[in-house]
Amino acid sequence: MATTRERTEETTGLDQRAEEKHRSLWGDVWRQFRRHKGAMVGLVLLAVIVFGSYFGPWFWPKDPFAIDTSLANLPPSVESPFGTDNLGRDVLARVMVGGRISLSVGITAMLLSVFIGTAIGILAGYFKWLDGWLMRFTDLFLALPILPLLLVIIMLFRDTLRAQFGPELGIFLLVVFVIGITSWMQTARIVRGEVLSVKEEEFVLAANSIGTRKRNVIFRHVLPNVLSPVMVAAALGVAVAIITESALSFLGLGFPSDFPTWGRLVTDAKDTINITPARVIWPGMMISLTVISVNFIGDGLRDALDPRLRSR
Amino acid sequence: MSASPTSDETTAVAENGEVLVSVRNLKKHFPIMKGVFKRQVGAVRAVDGVSFDIYRGETLGLVGESGSGKSTAGRVILQLDPVTEGHVTFRDVDLTETKGEKLRALRPQMQMIFQDPHASLNPRMTVGSIIGEPLQEHNQAKGKERKQRIEELLSLVGLEPKHANRYPHEFSGGQRQRIGIARALALNPDFIVCDEPIAALDVSIQAQVVNLMENLQDVLGLTYLFISHDLSMVRHIADRVAVMYLGKIMELAEVEALYNRPSHPYTQALLSAVPVPDPEVEATRTRVILEGDIPSPANPPPGCPFNTRCPMAQERCVAEVPAFRELDSGHWVACHFAEEAREKVKGIV
Repeated sequence: MATTRERTEETTGLDQRAEEKHRSLWGDVWRQFRRHKGAMVGLVLLAVIVFGSYFGPWFWPKDPFAIDTSLANLPPSVESPFGTDNLGRDVLARVMVGGRISLSVGITAMLLSVFIGTAIGILAGYFKWLDGWLMRFTDLFLALPILPLLLVIIMLFRDTLRAQFGPELGIFLLVVFVIGITSWMQTARIVRGEVLSVKEEEFVLAANSIGTRKRNVIFRHVLPNVLSPVMVAAALGVAVAIITESALSFLGLGFPSDFPTWGRLVTDAKDTINITPARVIWPGMMISLTVISVNFIGDGLRDALDPRLRSR
Repeated sequence: MSASPTSDETTAVAENGEVLVSVRNLKKHFPIMKGVFKRQVGAVRAVDGVSFDIYRGETLGLVGESGSGKSTAGRVILQLDPVTEGHVTFRDVDLTETKGEKLRALRPQMQMIFQDPHASLNPRMTVGSIIGEPLQEHNQAKGKERKQRIEELLSLVGLEPKHANRYPHEFSGGQRQRIGIARALALNPDFIVCDEPIAALDVSIQAQVVNLMENLQDVLGLTYLFISHDLSMVRHIADRVAVMYLGKIMELAEVEALYNRPSHPYTQALLSAVPVPDPEVEATRTRVILEGDIPSPANPPPGCPFNTRCPMAQERCVAEVPAFRELDSGHWVACHFAEEAREKVKGIV
């Protein structure tokens, strides 16, 4: 803080030149983020994984669904760098396609969970009369045994949704929804805590003295100032969602087997782990790398968004 | 003192002027909750029956030590905290009876300047949008006109129009306080509560900000409630001064009367703590040194709130709450023995 202030005093005292390069808040955040080595490694790694999943098939145009039993259970080779599975399908192509689903599920479920968590956190923190009810509701969700619950929900609704939206979109919506509504609680708690402290800040009092409407106080003053923990929670939420989706798929309750996701690939490969261990390792490694890189990014974001850490 | 030449003019204003804000028996109690069932077991009497008038165009100083309830009084007057009891009348409107949209419509006429310039500006908003927020909220000046008004306000408080695109963290404390003042002025208010506006600033910057506030008062005809614990600064800026202790007003008088002839033992003690910038006078002065701390407002002493520390306290002070009475014209004191206290004054101030 102190150094920032000194620097700004310099710039305000200086001539026109200084005016051009005034520092925006997000510019500062980015500058700090870049200094976090782990976060930068994570960002590059995640970019490579995302790029590989979405654009990889252009460079590796093998059909992930083409069955050719004469090529079954091949070890890694130039022909197929990750080997082939028990039906002769190319594992690299399947990992790429699987990444699309896993990442889409992860990101969409995170958006849903962050949205629910932030909304509940802000309402609970800002409106005292809602606080007790909403927080007990949050505790209720925290107390639920998540995995059995997920299994039950999916068993109950899978067929209805499949009939409604088709097998792929139906199960995608179901998985995203289920992960989203069972992972918002941490975000809600963090946001509530932040809101409780932000709403006592003098600038909120100043907004009240101006006569700012409640809605605007929330969206203009409270929300932007609780955004940093939300962003950290969002980054970590992607990791949690990907892991949960993998677990669901591994248990055979996620996407159908002809529809590869990273978790699904591990499930399918586990029976032949003695013959072709590589088939388990590749998607498993992708899950781990994504989660690690996302966690590092979350770490870097947290440091960059905290002004007390920023000056270091 | 520098205030003396102007004080005669402003006194005249105060005597003939109309009452802008009238506070009657204002109370603000914060409940203390305890136990599993959150039963109320007591209350912090932050403001406990305060009455005064503020005349149009004057500066009323409100002084007192930490925890005496001055800031709470300021907030309650502006209805930023709900009133426990009593009335605040602003231009014939009883603010304590006004709620919701009606109160919101009155907000432009009364504004507040805050103590901490680092906390009172939203770090995520540019200076332009901070100053423009009141205009936006009350649908005044749109688009180009609003931009122009923001630039006008910035130059009014001594900043440059180009500063509008910057964020608060790019400014120094004094500059930020100017931004806070510009925001308070955006809607052309009549009445501004200044909640220790200079307490968080360096001494060299304090003078700048206070002079700015005085100039603005002259140009725009503002009325200030100036809350502060800096007695010298209050003497400089205020026309009349109210001294608060434990949620009650102990003495209220015109500034020269209060500083020259303080008639409440508490005021005398406060004034004797202000150093005189003359070593010879300072060496011969008798100082009233108060023992102990300000009592807890959750459990105020019976009778006069000051009786636990008062050098003149007698039995009557514990038994009976002193009336807030007019000693001379315009000089109000809440002390049973104000006359005797005034006799002792010469040795002290």
